Amino acid sequence: MCLAVPMQLVAMGADETGTVELDGIQHTIGLMLIEEPKIGEYLLIHAGYAIERLDCAEAEARLALFRTLAAIHRQETGQEVLLVAAPLRPETRR
Amino acid sequence: MNYIDGFRNQDAAARYRVTLAQLGQEWADQGGRACFMEVCGSHTMAIARFAIRDFLPPSVTLVSGPGCPVCVTDPGYIDAAIELAMQGKIIVTFGDMMRVPGSRSTLAKSRAAGGWIESCYSPVTALELARAHPDREIVFLAIGFETTMAPVLAMLDTARRAAIPNLTLLTAFKLVPPVLAALIADPELKIDGFLCPAHVSAVIGAHAYRPFADTHGVACVVAGFEPLDILHGVEGLLRQKIAGHATVDNQYSRVVRPEGNRIAQRLVDHYLMPADVSWRGLGVIPASGLVLRPEFARFDAESRHGLTVQPGRLNPHCLCGEVLKGKIRPVHCSLFGVACHPEHPLGPCMVSSEGSCGAEYRFASGGVTR
Amino acid sequence: MNHDQILLAHGGGGRLSHALITDEILPRFGSGPLASLPDAAALELDSTRIRFTTDGFVVQPLEFPGGNIGDLAVHGTVNDLAVSGARPRWLSLGLILEEGLSLSLLRRVLDSIQRAAHDCGVIVATGDTKVVRRGQCDGLYITSSGIGEALPGFDLGLDRIRPGDRVLVSGPLGDHGAAILAAREGIQGFHAPVSDSRPVHRLVEGVSSLAAGIRFMRDPTRGGLATVLNEMTTGRDFGILIRARELPFSPGTAALAEMMGLDLLHVASEGCLVMICAAEVAESILAVWRTVPEGQKAQAIGVVTPNQAGRVILESAIGGLRVVDVPSGELLPRIC
Repeated sequence: MCLAVPMQLVAMGADETGTVELDGIQHTIGLMLIEEPKIGEYLLIHAGYAIERLDCAEAEARLALFRTLAAIHRQETGQEVLLVAAPLRPETRR
Repeated sequence: MNYIDGFRNQDAAARYRVTLAQLGQEWADQGGRACFMEVCGSHTMAIARFAIRDFLPPSVTLVSGPGCPVCVTDPGYIDAAIELAMQGKIIVTFGDMMRVPGSRSTLAKSRAAGGWIESCYSPVTALELARAHPDREIVFLAIGFETTMAPVLAMLDTARRAAIPNLTLLTAFKLVPPVLAALIADPELKIDGFLCPAHVSAVIGAHAYRPFADTHGVACVVAGFEPLDILHGVEGLLRQKIAGHATVDNQYSRVVRPEGNRIAQRLVDHYLMPADVSWRGLGVIPASGLVLRPEFARFDAESRHGLTVQPGRLNPHCLCGEVLKGKIRPVHCSLFGVACHPEHPLGPCMVSSEGSCGAEYRFASGGVTR
Repeated sequence: MNHDQILLAHGGGGRLSHALITDEILPRFGSGPLASLPDAAALELDSTRIRFTTDGFVVQPLEFPGGNIGDLAVHGTVNDLAVSGARPRWLSLGLILEEGLSLSLLRRVLDSIQRAAHDCGVIVATGDTKVVRRGQCDGLYITSSGIGEALPGFDLGLDRIRPGDRVLVSGPLGDHGAAILAAREGIQGFHAPVSDSRPVHRLVEGVSSLAAGIRFMRDPTRGGLATVLNEMTTGRDFGILIRARELPFSPGTAALAEMMGLDLLHVASEGCLVMICAAEVAESILAVWRTVPEGQKAQAIGVVTPNQAGRVILESAIGGLRVVDVPSGELLPRIC
């Protein structure tokens, strides 16, 4: 259960609400479950409320791993390597 | 889409196909077969949508667990909701509940019979309706796991502070760790690892799964809902099996903290207290649910109307309970696809597109060949 | 008319009924067969091969981003004729009005019908208006029938589909259903979904020189692409393979689907064409379509396969294969 997508906080509203955006669509959501939300942050939106914030550094580290794997696959299958793989960060745990 | 598209890279997925095949072979050479349970319905849904099973080696099986709140809702709860609708209350519910069979009827049928039943994306809809119709009582069908409780209680908190008198909850809140503990305690069950829910974990924290790994030796990986998250998660579970140790691996660290979301936890503690609740197909599990505390009884549809949710009646041939426990695959139920299909669901697992049977029926990968 | 809303008397056959027709209907539609308000329109047919279709429109909200129930009714009927290989010529419109309907809303809907009919080159040849008591309909319903003349060269049928044929779509999928849902849920923003309600007849007429290679056409309205493709394959000795990465979606529609858990294969379009054609003509058809505004995002999305008979198979975004089923029940946002 529990579909939630990362959306960027673009404006604060009244009564602990905010406006979040994903690819040009905006929605008003509740912010009361987030400690000190800040404009520009990515929040996980579930049922009209932000339930957590997205740690962009952690996300980028994981995306770098996936880009590296993709590059390895293209190399091994003889495809042109389109992306220079970003250096892989060690797995970080909070 | 930022932080979505990058987790759906086809070339990286192709690389996982190779890696999982190698690890699967290594594990098979040791004589092993691995059965992992994706606990959460959103994982089930993503596995079906992105055809993840197509990437798994023969020695690895994924079974769907009890983490779809619609699927585990007792028929008696639907009966109570229908009764409230027929009394003239406005019922507000998440969409998938509309077609869940109660003992005799569904919310969709009672809407056809004149009940006012609204489906919503957010519980805020219930609050808006309560303000718009001060002469009517609004009953919100408060189902869900830890993730969904937080938004529902945030809405209730707003209603309480605004002194909205005509809004109540019919609660069926359920907790993930107790049902996992109950599954592990079942001697017939052979689960080698849990793919732990993404957003339940965001609320309760990755530490919540420690007892399963530390005490029961069950591998645990907290994984996101994107396809590469799931493939990476299965790799993590398989590596734990091969290494012969069990731990809680938080791979969804971009969202899930070890301790979870404290604000959400405080809100839950403030309004709710543990209760023994009935899971459809699994029966009553001690302290596996949460109900409103007595001081908030005025928001509780049951106590406000002297209603008690009675365990409902299920089709005796329905094997949803066995499916939820991961003992059988949906196709092994004699009703699957014959008497029970998405247009006419008998058991709850067929109702929701996230339910094990619904997902398997809709996205069946059986027989698809390249 | 001095009233600002529809009264039961507007449908009673008396003075108000007459005023509704002379003030609102005739100024917009009275230049053709409707002029003298005959009981039946007199039409001159150039061809003996005609196509005839009918449809009902009950959309809520009545006005939505990208259109309203009026142009939707015109486009829906025109498109049913176009995908059967016909040039749309005449429309019949039946309006069921609920007592209390705002007259200014009705005028906006009638204006849209007039504009859409002009754009599609069709004439509203006959019609009817009824008023029902408050509560007996949801504001305004429209039924619409259309007559078209078969275009030369088109020979369409499921039995002409062969393995190796290509599957084409003329534009982004699911925009209409997404726009309706977005309007209901209060979604805004510069990419907020806009209905694709628009005619596809230019897309059909534009490729009539390639008609010999065209096997079958449909517009993926209710039930979406999944339903249309399943209707084509069910009980047949071929299958269809489509690729998720080739499917065209508008950015806001795709974002809404992620947010609300919608499967866009199940969501309606109202200005899109799905075509099965021979592989040799696929590129030429796409090239023609892309010169027309409504075909700019046209895309080849899959192939007809000799195996997987009777089934629609999707290669997912990450390259896995699965079956595409028809949707069940109403389209609802998914939360849990």
